[in-house]
Amino acid sequence: MVEKIQNLEMSGITKRFPGVLSNNNVNIHIVAGEVLAILGENGAGKTTLMNILYGLYQPEAGTISVNGKSVRINSPSEAIQLGIGMVHQHFMLVPTLTVCENVILGLSKTFLVDLKTATKRIKEIMDRYGLAINPEAYVWQLSVGEQQRVEIVKALYRGANLLILDEPTAVLTPQEAKELILLLKNMSAQGNSIILISHKLHEVMAVSDRVTVLRDGEVCADVNTQDTSQEALAKLMVGRDMAPCKRDGKFSPGKPVLELQDVFAKGDMGTNALAGVSLSIREGEILGIAGVSGNGQKELAEVIAGLRKVSKGKLVLNGKESTKMSPAKIIEQGLGYIPEDRLHVGTIPSFSIWENLILKDHNKPPFAKRSLLQNRVIMSHGLSLVEKYGIKTPNLETPTGRLSGGNIQRVILAREITRSPVALVAAYPTRGVDIGATEYLHSKLLEARSNGIGVLLISEDLEELTSICDRIAVLYEGQIMKVMPVEETDERILGLLMAGIVEEASI
Amino acid sequence: MNSQFRGVLKQIVVLLAALVGALLIGAVFLLLAKSDPIKAYGVMFAGPVSDKFGLTETLVRAVPLLLVGLGIVISFRSGIINIGAEGQILAGAIGAAYVGNSFPDMPAILLLPLVFMAGAMSGAVWGGIAGWLKARLAVNEILSTVMLNQIALQLYLFLIRGPLIDPQEVSYGTGVPQTALIPEQIWLSRLIPGTRLHSGLIFALVVAVLVYVFLWRTSTGYRMRAVGAGPEAARYAGINVQWYLVLAMALAGGMAGLAGVVEVTGVHHRALEGISAGYGFSGIVAALFGRLHPLGTIPASILFGALLLGADMMQRAVNIPAAMVMVIQGLVVLFVVSSDYFLKNPSSVANLKVKLFGKKVNGEGGK
Repeated sequence: MVEKIQNLEMSGITKRFPGVLSNNNVNIHIVAGEVLAILGENGAGKTTLMNILYGLYQPEAGTISVNGKSVRINSPSEAIQLGIGMVHQHFMLVPTLTVCENVILGLSKTFLVDLKTATKRIKEIMDRYGLAINPEAYVWQLSVGEQQRVEIVKALYRGANLLILDEPTAVLTPQEAKELILLLKNMSAQGNSIILISHKLHEVMAVSDRVTVLRDGEVCADVNTQDTSQEALAKLMVGRDMAPCKRDGKFSPGKPVLELQDVFAKGDMGTNALAGVSLSIREGEILGIAGVSGNGQKELAEVIAGLRKVSKGKLVLNGKESTKMSPAKIIEQGLGYIPEDRLHVGTIPSFSIWENLILKDHNKPPFAKRSLLQNRVIMSHGLSLVEKYGIKTPNLETPTGRLSGGNIQRVILAREITRSPVALVAAYPTRGVDIGATEYLHSKLLEARSNGIGVLLISEDLEELTSICDRIAVLYEGQIMKVMPVEETDERILGLLMAGIVEEASI
Repeated sequence: MNSQFRGVLKQIVVLLAALVGALLIGAVFLLLAKSDPIKAYGVMFAGPVSDKFGLTETLVRAVPLLLVGLGIVISFRSGIINIGAEGQILAGAIGAAYVGNSFPDMPAILLLPLVFMAGAMSGAVWGGIAGWLKARLAVNEILSTVMLNQIALQLYLFLIRGPLIDPQEVSYGTGVPQTALIPEQIWLSRLIPGTRLHSGLIFALVVAVLVYVFLWRTSTGYRMRAVGAGPEAARYAGINVQWYLVLAMALAGGMAGLAGVVEVTGVHHRALEGISAGYGFSGIVAALFGRLHPLGTIPASILFGALLLGADMMQRAVNIPAAMVMVIQGLVVLFVVSSDYFLKNPSSVANLKVKLFGKKVNGEGGK
């Protein structure tokens, strides 16, 4: 059996990627039973550091030592042998296999698989930490939160006693996130070490014993959680004071710019993903769509953008029926759209920043004249947007896929807003984006609102919805449960509606 | 600017390394075929560059390779894989020969453009079929283009043996499958007297520049690259992805058709059996070797023109089976395509260095 990790130290870690110094002389340490939070904005180098610890990358300089002995971790399998386990943000599970089969995947060295013994061991691990999942259930039957627990069991089954979790709550509902925090506390109480990568301050405060803050690839603070506060951490992480965005009380919406009337649409599986959605978004308001993802949000956005067929019902955009319009016509009719998949739908990763900034206008003057691209105009347009929207990039020629999530989102936002649409659909615009960029995105959405744009904001983050929306609609199983002015909502009501419980919510 | 230059330099080094790797493995096969690889490669490399004949014949082969390669660049950049250039060349060649022979008395200034148009259109239609099948019926373009090659070949043979056969062949009773000679006024002029090097070379170079401008400086080219690099994002941006797939295949087919036209008007002056000599496949390799860039395809086509010629010469000089040439070409394709891995993963080269040279690089990093 592996020797338990009593303490682990990474010192002087430096890792360079072309054009970026991702980690610069970074030192971290952790002891058994401790929860260490690594906090930092996107692009601060958190994930790189953890990928080095997990053997996915090799540092250019620096050492890792476990229990005082220097080690070299060349691959994830070597990390696992040392007792290090990692739960990635995107799960690595096979949906058509059972929990048990997923856990032992790749471990069995014999021809026949002994599922019984494995199941027994899995049950032992689950009992020990209070993880309730049926080992015989198929992974596709599980909720996202349960799948995450399977990932944790997988790491524990392989003998991990130091667990790295990369943004574990990004995909969870508020309730699931709370459960995860309890689980992590329980695990550390039993002597495991946990490294939590996050940029959500309240979680870091709730679960960690110590916080190491990274900024621009360097450690800028290492503090005990009890000696600090959310505000102090936010300031350390961003490097300046934060002013959270709030909409002003004034709310004077104009005429409707986007209307949905009893809209039905099929999902990818052929079932009704939208079952009679009626909504009206007016000039100068932000209408929030709350709900656990997978309840028709994706289809709702795609139907509005003309990327998915409407099977029944009617859409009206800027005074014209848009039910059967092509995506190009809908764009022309004044729709801006920040899609959920920003990397592959919102941008073309291999295209340069300037190319992505003209994605929707490459054939219109001033960017094209008689179908010839006007590079000079395009470049100066690009430069001014990069500056105005604070896109951090070496230059305009950089492939957009190389930027961090927050910066890609800025590219999309810059493009969509400067097109001055009448209605803007934003699907999960701040998912996985750090607080600095989130604050910025919120301020831009509010600015769009005050410029008279009707904004439809799809989000799972209730805090976000209640702080910037004028009205909130809850989407559950393809239907709108209720549309309410934000003043009449609270987390409890929204949570109940998101779970499809209408009666209790109306009390 | 400097880093861009280094990037290009790196690409060249990796590609040349791939070429050397392919030739080394090829040497093993040559040994198995009981011939001397050093002598064979000696002929293969020295032959094409040693005299006027070698140099001009290299360029003669480079012309169709470049035209085909340009079509491949367009289709691959648009996200559709065209294996059908071989059939599209034949369509272009037969179209050119037929139209050329239909108007024997028309002045060159009218007939030559007409013949070029006819050949390009024939190739474009042949390529467009595969594009349409992909766009409308989601038929895999690799399968359809390969199958269309077979159909084109048989149709071509039928036409040059039957309806379009040279009347003289019939009257003499020899029956060589070829069309009549096209009118002399549309034979492309020879650039160097006494050689086969013809003005199609200049045409192909101009087309290469035009393709570059088309793909990178026009909004249509932008759309086609967008469809290739990010089909979902292209659809999101209101681009009609299906239409651009058809257009890409039609343009690729048109380019290959032009290669057929150039072979007819510049080299053979008629459509005959075996006119393509595998240019449809070698052109793919040239395009890949040119990093799917129209201008990169120019030197790549010349290089592969030399390789084809060198292989021919090697075959005669050291008496090895013709199949060996195909083996070596196949190896080059495999190596070039594999070398992509090293260009796409910057760290892989560093890792390879560590593996090859051990601690040298490590020690540096450890301090």
